[in-house]
Amino acid sequence: MAAGNIVQGALFTVMVVRAAMLREPAFENELTQQIGRSPRFFQNAPVVLDLRGVENLTEAGEFETIKEKLRALTLTLVGVQNAQPAQLEGATAAGLASFAPTTGGGQSRAGAAPPAAAKTRLVTAPVRSGTQIYARGSDLVVTASVSPGAELVADGNIHVYGVLRGRALAGAGGDGAARIFCTRLEAELVSIAGRYLVSEQLPANAQGAPVQIALVDDQLTITRN
Amino acid sequence: MAKVIVVTSGKGGVGKTTTSAAFAAGLALRGHKTVVIDFDVGLRNLDLVMGCERRVVFDFINVINGDANLNQALIKDKRHDNLFIFPTSQTRDKNALKRDGVERVMEELKQQFEYIICDSPAGIEHGAITALYFADSAIIVTNPEVSSVRDSDRIIGILASKSRRAERNEPPVDVHLLLTRYDPARVTRGEMLAVDDVKEILSIPLLGVIPESESVLRASNTGTPVVFDEDSPAGRAYVDAVARFLGETREMRFVKPERRSFFRALFGRA
Repeated sequence: MAAGNIVQGALFTVMVVRAAMLREPAFENELTQQIGRSPRFFQNAPVVLDLRGVENLTEAGEFETIKEKLRALTLTLVGVQNAQPAQLEGATAAGLASFAPTTGGGQSRAGAAPPAAAKTRLVTAPVRSGTQIYARGSDLVVTASVSPGAELVADGNIHVYGVLRGRALAGAGGDGAARIFCTRLEAELVSIAGRYLVSEQLPANAQGAPVQIALVDDQLTITRN
Repeated sequence: MAKVIVVTSGKGGVGKTTTSAAFAAGLALRGHKTVVIDFDVGLRNLDLVMGCERRVVFDFINVINGDANLNQALIKDKRHDNLFIFPTSQTRDKNALKRDGVERVMEELKQQFEYIICDSPAGIEHGAITALYFADSAIIVTNPEVSSVRDSDRIIGILASKSRRAERNEPPVDVHLLLTRYDPARVTRGEMLAVDDVKEILSIPLLGVIPESESVLRASNTGTPVVFDEDSPAGRAYVDAVARFLGETREMRFVKPERRSFFRALFGRA
């Protein structure tokens, strides 16, 4: 195996918690509520502690305490950000990694994931029968045709710059605002956030036409472009 | 550099073996040393279509297992010096196609031949996957009907994801569409898909259109690849397809309904 295969780069979305907020009494309560709303999303989610504007907090023991506190909320503290040299020493001793400062990190609301722009999944070759493509947490753009028996799934929007003959399921994670766009609709099935229409339910004037499909009042609505 | 060509389709009965035989013979006629291998272990047919069924002693599986060497198993065609047939076993099944064994045989064949034609079994299971795995080029045999087109689409997808070239991130297998059993009159009546419909759905280059022809059945039954029949439209269409494969430009024939000649019309013969 080539040495290049041993270490690989990857990009992750990680929650950032501002250390200054930790001291506010309402914070813990608010965070608990937020986690309660989508417990699976936060289950063992990695968290980075932003030390901007916090002067003390240099002891390894203090970091351990925060780690335990977050642990109780099902979050895993993995590192720190914007640390002073002395703070970094304490954090390292507590087994935490140092993350590069993010731009605009100061504005990010405590407890919420920073609004990272998920990269759109781009497919340029024809999507053949039997192929399934899932754009996790992002949009899906296909610049070729999608064959019958192929399946496109995206948590965001789906764009097909070609003939859509297979299935397209947008908003697969439940996002009702997701849409499907295609330059020619001949789909076997289209679905947004679980609402679906099969081929024979597609209106005749939409068949073979350039369309966009959206969820309006919980109804799949097809508009000719 | 030797080139491995897989003849595949996903669907059965569309003309893979006929095409393998015709293409191998066509390449041999053009002066290229060619071998055609039967990957349809357990359902051996290529030897019949090539007319060498009485000369099979050792087979592909014997060579994979090391029970025979390559030159003991290769059968030289009696009609052409450049043409060799590599039959498979009728008693074994597809599991006998061990990938490392097949790879060793392929490497050995590459030393001796310019073109290695792999006649794939139908399906998308182990036999078909092994047949396409080592391919540099693929001929996708398709009939002008929807189920065949869909299965072809599936196999094109598999070539793009499961071939050795795909696994090694090498340039992709170059795929060619060969439309067989084409009947222009039935296309005109709307009973068959037209060439352009199939091309549009599969979006791969068209290598040729082989007209539905009784000469194909006759060729199979007599064990003579159809390219040797110069009077046959199907034979001439295969000769054209081979020429296009070798980079020549030839006009597509047999795609329009044949005008019935005066005498044929008079006597009412098709």
